[in-house]
Amino acid sequence: MKTLIVVPAFNEEKSLTRVIKDLKAHGYGNILVVNDGSQDKTKEIAEKSNVAVATHVVNRGLGAAISTGLAFARENNPDVVVTFDSDGQHKAEDIKKLLAPITNNVADVVVGSRLKSNNKNFPLRRLLPILFSNLATFGLYGLYSTDTTSGLRAFHRRAYQKIKLKSDRMEFSNEFFKVFVEQRLRYKEVPIDPIYTGYSLTNSKQGSELFSSLKLGFKLIFDLLR
Amino acid sequence: MPVQIILISFLIFALSRVLLRFRGGQIKSGEFIFWGVLFFLAIIGILFPEETTSIANFLGVGRGVDLVVYVSLVTLFYLVFRVYVLLQDTQKEISEIVREVALRQVKNSAKK
Repeated sequence: MKTLIVVPAFNEEKSLTRVIKDLKAHGYGNILVVNDGSQDKTKEIAEKSNVAVATHVVNRGLGAAISTGLAFARENNPDVVVTFDSDGQHKAEDIKKLLAPITNNVADVVVGSRLKSNNKNFPLRRLLPILFSNLATFGLYGLYSTDTTSGLRAFHRRAYQKIKLKSDRMEFSNEFFKVFVEQRLRYKEVPIDPIYTGYSLTNSKQGSELFSSLKLGFKLIFDLLR
Repeated sequence: MPVQIILISFLIFALSRVLLRFRGGQIKSGEFIFWGVLFFLAIIGILFPEETTSIANFLGVGRGVDLVVYVSLVTLFYLVFRVYVLLQDTQKEISEIVREVALRQVKNSAKK
C-alpha cells in the first residue's frame, strides 16, 4: 500500500530531524514536509533530510498546511495519506495501527485518539480543550470523536479525494468531521500513545489549543451564519 | 453652530474622496452612488436638523439625532460584517496562492 506521510511544520527545527528519522526507520520513506512559512531552519533541515518539501512563503496556519498536503496527495495519488505532527508527539510505530482499518476496508478515515490510550500521564490542561472541541464537533456535526484535535490521521484515497477544507487555522480539525459526515466516509478511531516531552508541551502551537478551542465556538457558528 | 461647520467640512472632504476614487476607477458606480448619497444625506441632515426630527417622529423616534444614531449603528454593524466576510475570502485566496506556489516548487525540485 503506497502511503504518503504529510508532516506540517512551523518553526520545528529542534524536532523535525528526529521525526523524519523515526518515520524512515519504520519504513515510511514517502514523506512530504509542508513548511508553513517557518522563520527558523525548518526548510533547510527538511531539504537535507531527502524528503519532498512544500514551502508556504508566508505562514497560513495548520489547516492550510494540511490542505496543501492533501492537494499534493491528489496530484500524486497514493493509497493512503497520513498526517503526522512535526513536534515529536507521535510515534511512527503507531501508524500501522491507523492503517489497519483501512487495509481491512472497514474505514476510509482513521484518527489516532490520545484519549483512548492507556497512558495515564495525560496532562489535565490539555484534556479540557480537547473535550470542549469534541463536544462542539458533536453538537455541530453529530459525530462524536474522542479526539477531534489529534494530529495523527489516516485518509484512504476515497477520503482525501473528497476532503476540501475551508479553514486555514486551528478550527480545521473540527471541519474535518463535518466533511466526514457530509461525504459519508467511514470513520474509525484507534488508541495512540502521545509523547508529551517538555518540548512538545512548551511549544507555542500546542499552548494555543485552549485559546483556539474557545475561539472555535464563535468561528464555527459564524461560518454557519455566513 | 460650530459643530455644523466642522461636520459639514469633514463630509465635503469625504465626498471629494469618493469622487476622486470613482474617477480613479478604484470604486464602481454602485459604490460611488451608495457613499455619495450617504454623505450627501448626512450634510442635508446637519443643515436642516428639524427635518430629521420630523422624519424621526413619523417613525416613532423622539429626536432626529437619535434616529441618525440608530440608523448609523445598524449600518456600521452591517458594514463590519461585510468587511469580515470579505477579509475571510481574501485570506482564503491568499492561502490558495501560497499553496499553488508551494506545490509548483515541489514539482520543480522533484524534476531536478
